[in-house]
Amino acid sequence: MGRIVLEDVTKSFGETQVIPPLNLTIEDGDFAVFVGPSGCGKSTLLRLIAGLEETTSGKVLIDGDDATLVPPAKRGLAMVFQSYALYPHMTVRKNIAFPLRMSGMPQAQIDEKVMAAATSLNLVDYLEQKPGQLSGGQRQRVAIGRAIVREPAAFLFDEPLSNLDAALRVGMRIEIGELHNKLKTTMIYVTHDQVEAMTMADKIVVLQAGVIEQVGSPLDLYHRPENKFVAGFIGSPKMNLIEGAEAAKHNADTIGIRPEHMSVSKTEGLWKGTVGVAEHLGSDTFIHVHDTGLDDIVTVRITGDIAVKHGDTIYLSPDMTQLHKFDAEGLRQE
Amino acid sequence: MAIVAQQTRFGKIGRPTLAWVVALLFFFPIFWLILTSFKTDADAVKPEHLFFFTPTLENYANMTDNYDYWRFATNSVITSVFATIFALAVGIPCAYAMAFNPSRATKDVLMWMLSTKMLPAAGVLYPMTFMTKSIGLFDTHFLVILVLALINLPIVIWMLFTYFKEIPKDIIEAGQMDGVNTWGEVREILIPLAWGGIVSTALLTFIFCWNEAYWTVRLTTTDAATLSKLIEGNRAPEGLFFGRLSAVSAAAVGPIIVLGWFCQKQLVQGLTFGAVK
Repeated sequence: MGRIVLEDVTKSFGETQVIPPLNLTIEDGDFAVFVGPSGCGKSTLLRLIAGLEETTSGKVLIDGDDATLVPPAKRGLAMVFQSYALYPHMTVRKNIAFPLRMSGMPQAQIDEKVMAAATSLNLVDYLEQKPGQLSGGQRQRVAIGRAIVREPAAFLFDEPLSNLDAALRVGMRIEIGELHNKLKTTMIYVTHDQVEAMTMADKIVVLQAGVIEQVGSPLDLYHRPENKFVAGFIGSPKMNLIEGAEAAKHNADTIGIRPEHMSVSKTEGLWKGTVGVAEHLGSDTFIHVHDTGLDDIVTVRITGDIAVKHGDTIYLSPDMTQLHKFDAEGLRQE
Repeated sequence: MAIVAQQTRFGKIGRPTLAWVVALLFFFPIFWLILTSFKTDADAVKPEHLFFFTPTLENYANMTDNYDYWRFATNSVITSVFATIFALAVGIPCAYAMAFNPSRATKDVLMWMLSTKMLPAAGVLYPMTFMTKSIGLFDTHFLVILVLALINLPIVIWMLFTYFKEIPKDIIEAGQMDGVNTWGEVREILIPLAWGGIVSTALLTFIFCWNEAYWTVRLTTTDAATLSKLIEGNRAPEGLFFGRLSAVSAAAVGPIIVLGWFCQKQLVQGLTFGAVK
């Protein structure tokens, strides 16, 4: 079981309040991702759940029990750190066995569990090596191994893939996803990478300056962002947010249109502009369009390849059914 | 290019030469001491016998009879070993607390500790002497151990604090998540990871304790007197017996020089603490 509830939790460092009163429920078995820009309080929130930081006020409930004052060791949660935080003086085997040894489990049982974890994480060949001899990906697998042997109520991941290269990151993302499918244990995952958030989460919690901007499934957030911040943060390339006269035509302060919800023509369309940079990815093309008469550069995403180059004139036509409208406060308008 | 070449030439020849000159300058008194220890008392004061003399082992052979060397040496070992253990036993938890749970006062506390090293020892000499005499601690091993440990404690805590600071906080936190209590953290994570630093600190503390003379000379008479006291006490009214005195002095500094020689690497690391960051 691993239902985690935050009730009016706040956190201040000295005079600075980094988390204003916050309420959040993570259901048992959820894969929840905290996402937001640097300094938005997502790691602090995770550390409050872990018990590595004390709450300034409010309550942390784990499976209905008040864990606010319970030390991290007794919360039954496991954490995977960005820096892996392996014990450099211990072999992989001892690293994975460490939490079990600390809990006083009999050696035979420890050996069995370590072997099972090492097998499922492809670490059997490395059991006698020290962390310093392993690659980044292997180290992170050891850190995950150390977490799973404890059979925790919930896993906490603090930007676990940030130190890995791009290819490895995609692989580990899938491994963690599969681990969740297999274990069905609650996982809370912190990242600043919205692609990680979108691909892994059942539930995304978007944070900004310690405030929850929106909670929802990845597609909820994509299709119905509740405010301009979420609209701009979720999706890549980011949504075009257009203000001024063009927005006023739609009785809104700001209108938003995703790059993939526009069509491109060389002859006709709603907005005329010139091509700035065209990024050809093969599967997609991102075109950054200047001089449209709108405030900002407009980005458009075309499936497949299109023969445009810097300086070409093109026309853009947004799909009006996919238009997002926001009021002066930045909130979604229907 | 010319400048670079010149620097390289200086680097290749000049620097080692300079290092040797400085080293020899420091080593000369010890060399002289060892040389004199093999001379008779008569030869020791004659300049013409500075380098050329008939060596004798008499001074060393008579050391036990003349000076009761082993009793003082045993006291030095006992007090230095236990003072080092005591200082580490207090210093490790202190440095741990300040390195991993710092408060706003941590820096001030560290500075305050160091400031106690700036206090002139002579300022508390009389209170210390009278107090220890009146409570019956004067000239006891316990007192010497306590004093040696306490005067070295600021350095011990500073050194350990610096070493502990180099351990990533994540690893300590990983330990907390893995279910260890505070003592477990210290035993399973902190001590193994900072082992090199702890050993350097212990060695240096041991050397400081062994070499300490101000308090060991003044707070002891016979029972707890260390080698410092032995050397200090050999200024007989009828004159100085340089040969004998040199032998006993060489035997007093010998163990620490041998220890230092074998632990050079650890000591250099210890003496440059903080410099790597």
